[in-house]
Amino acid sequence: MLRFEGIFKDYGGTPALADVDLEVSEAQTTVLIGPSGCGKSTLLRLAAGLIRPDRGQVWFEGARLDTGSLRPARLRMGYMIQDGGLFPHLSVRDNVALMARQLDWPRERREQRLAELADLVQLPTTMLARYPIELSGGQRQRVALMRALMLDPDLLLLDEPLGALDPMIRFELQRELKAIFARLGKTVLMVTHDLAEAVFFGHRIVLLRAGRIVQQDEPRVLLDSPAEPFVAQFVAAQREPQRVLLGAGG
Amino acid sequence: MRRGMLRWASSRRLPATRLGLTTLVALLLAVGLAACSPEPSAEESTPRPVVIGSKKFTESVILGETLRLLALDAGHPARHRAELGGTRILWGALLSGEIDIYPEYSGTLVREILSGEDVSSPELLEVALAARGVRSSATLGFENTYAIAVPEPLAEQLGLQRISDLREHPDLKLGFSSEFLDRADGWPGLRQRYRLPQTRVQGLDHDLVYRGIDAGHLDVTVVYTTDAEIARYGLRMLEDDLGYFEDYQAILLYRAELAEKAPDALAAFRRLEGAIDAPTMAGMNGAVKLEGESEQAVAARLLSEGLGLAVTVSGQGFWSQLSQRTLEHLGLVGVSLGAAILFAVPLGVLAAQNARLGHLILGITGMIQTIPSLALFVFLIPWLGIGWLPTVVALFLYSLLPIVRNTHAGLMDIPVPIRESADVLGLTRGARLRLIELPLAANTILAGIKTSAVLNVGTATVAALIGAGGYGQPILTGIRLDDTALIMQGAVPAALLALGLQGLFEFAERWVVPRGLRLKPSVGVRAEADPDPERPGA
Ligand SMILES: Nc1ncnc2c1ncn2[C@@H]1O[C@H](COP(=O)(O)OP(=O)(O)OP(=O)(O)O)[C@@H](O)[C@H]1O
Ligand SMILES: [Mg+2]
Repeated sequence: MLRFEGIFKDYGGTPALADVDLEVSEAQTTVLIGPSGCGKSTLLRLAAGLIRPDRGQVWFEGARLDTGSLRPARLRMGYMIQDGGLFPHLSVRDNVALMARQLDWPRERREQRLAELADLVQLPTTMLARYPIELSGGQRQRVALMRALMLDPDLLLLDEPLGALDPMIRFELQRELKAIFARLGKTVLMVTHDLAEAVFFGHRIVLLRAGRIVQQDEPRVLLDSPAEPFVAQFVAAQREPQRVLLGAGG
Repeated sequence: MRRGMLRWASSRRLPATRLGLTTLVALLLAVGLAACSPEPSAEESTPRPVVIGSKKFTESVILGETLRLLALDAGHPARHRAELGGTRILWGALLSGEIDIYPEYSGTLVREILSGEDVSSPELLEVALAARGVRSSATLGFENTYAIAVPEPLAEQLGLQRISDLREHPDLKLGFSSEFLDRADGWPGLRQRYRLPQTRVQGLDHDLVYRGIDAGHLDVTVVYTTDAEIARYGLRMLEDDLGYFEDYQAILLYRAELAEKAPDALAAFRRLEGAIDAPTMAGMNGAVKLEGESEQAVAARLLSEGLGLAVTVSGQGFWSQLSQRTLEHLGLVGVSLGAAILFAVPLGVLAAQNARLGHLILGITGMIQTIPSLALFVFLIPWLGIGWLPTVVALFLYSLLPIVRNTHAGLMDIPVPIRESADVLGLTRGARLRLIELPLAANTILAGIKTSAVLNVGTATVAALIGAGGYGQPILTGIRLDDTALIMQGAVPAALLALGLQGLFEFAERWVVPRGLRLKPSVGVRAEADPDPERPGA
């Protein structure tokens, strides 16, 4: 469904991505993981057509993303920016339903969808009338997620969608989302910092380092047979604290 | 109820910001146009009034007022557009037909207006004027030119009668207005012609000259022959025995067509020919400048005493005058500001969308801002004449920059993630602008409009110089007559109007700036029960 071919991307001299080839398969969840600054968000922004590669091509549904109008493709994508990117002047309701209204969804349908989504992300419906500034960080993230899901898009691009949530809600939401993705056959490209989350969601995990793909495999394979020492290090670093803490507590 | 309204408003396609701005513009234009509409409608049945102009100094205003009373006495409607700046503005207005007649001086006509043409004989002058559809009256009976003056006691003591007599007294202290000191036909020429030996010559402001004489710092100075101060300070004017000073006879310049269109009024005007001598004129100037009489009263006295006409003068009451000026001022500000918003916001949007175009737009609007208002008026008068229209255009141009600049800045300041979120949603460019960017920039745009409004109210006071009225009229007259109370009559309401507009915009903020942007984070965060996970020691 989404394919990156030989992508190079520089931000004014500093290389952010180099020689990236990646296929995001239909109805699967692909998770991008790697150290901060390794190019995960850049890859997502390329997929959304917000920036163009210096070299290489992005294909969406068999068409190149940088030719012609982006609008048809974007109406089929849901994108959630790392920090939410909510519109401060619109209420939660208007933030989430903005595009549906532009597409002339009838009011009942909009309200029904809003209720479903609020339920999904466990946002009390009283919050719908609030403005972003009146929400906590975690609540904002959930609203951004609602907005990305509103039009029921085929492709979801999620940049650390659960990063600011407290562990309880996060845990529940992980399960709910995974179930939804599976049930509706969504294609998902997701960024996370958390290896456990990557393993939980990913049909496939892509580990990036300094703009290059180090390894892309099923979770099991990635954990059991690291392609190079860096992968093993990365995995160990994520597991170590837990072991240390548990060891010390016991 | 309020929530219902909000829901209704937000379920429409028209976002609150655009609705608010549109309402604001409509309101301004409506107020502006309503304020200036009554004028044209009253003219249907009666003959077109004769329009009289005058320059912005007392003598000219008195003569203009005299002309108005003469026309009215002859049964012809007349309007006096008093204090219209200087020669260029009046001559231009006469040629374009915006005024029909105004008092002028022969020397100005020959040397300034028709300079470079051969008008050495009265016949040639008449031809030159006729080619422009203009005629000149004969002299009104006095001239207003330079004269050398000496305090009477000193003149008596030294036996000074003629300018030549000064040659015998090289120790006299001379003080001249700076203008006279510099002009080729001023002091340099005078000294040469009369071979004057004095070396103690001082330049100072014309008004200070009289004080210098009074205090004994100066012995000899230059005056205008109809200055009221000549009699007041007891000065003797010395005879120009070598005929150095140019002839500045008071005359009337009028449009030739007046002879057919308003023969009655013209006949009345021409009764002034030879009717005023220099002492009479100086006396009238003194009555206005030094004794505080109104020009109208002085003009009426001239007509009753000099021409035996019984004219009734009807002064306008303070409040009716104030309300008229307020309407005039509101008309200027409302229309120019409303139009400026309509133009400047789209210009600001363009500037934000295209960097190169942005430079151009901001550059041009910025450049307009640096043109002095008087210069801009002079530019506009050949195309737009005098009065309301050129003033509105000038105010419109001045109002552009703050609005354009703030619209541009407001749009550029929108954070990238928000712009990208809007893009990725699949909003079209237009929808993004309308639904996201303009509302987010609304606060800044409104601040720009507020700045323009306040500047506009101030600048509009200059408009009195080209006959657009408003609060500038009493300010202008007050400056001319050195009358602080009169200046206040214009300055205070102008300040109040500026404050009032500012208040209006603060109020408009409720409609123009979306609610989510007006909330303060400190009072806003009402997090639900979830405890702060980052609290230390938890
Ligand atoms: N607009 C930009 N201009 C210049 N450099 C940029 C820009 N955006 C990103 N970069 C640089 O490109 C590199 C990749 O950035 P990117 O945002 O893709 O990292 P990331 O993997 O998402 O990091 P994080 O996990 O911290 O979000 C970084 O070195 C970053 O500093
Ligand atoms: Mg990132």
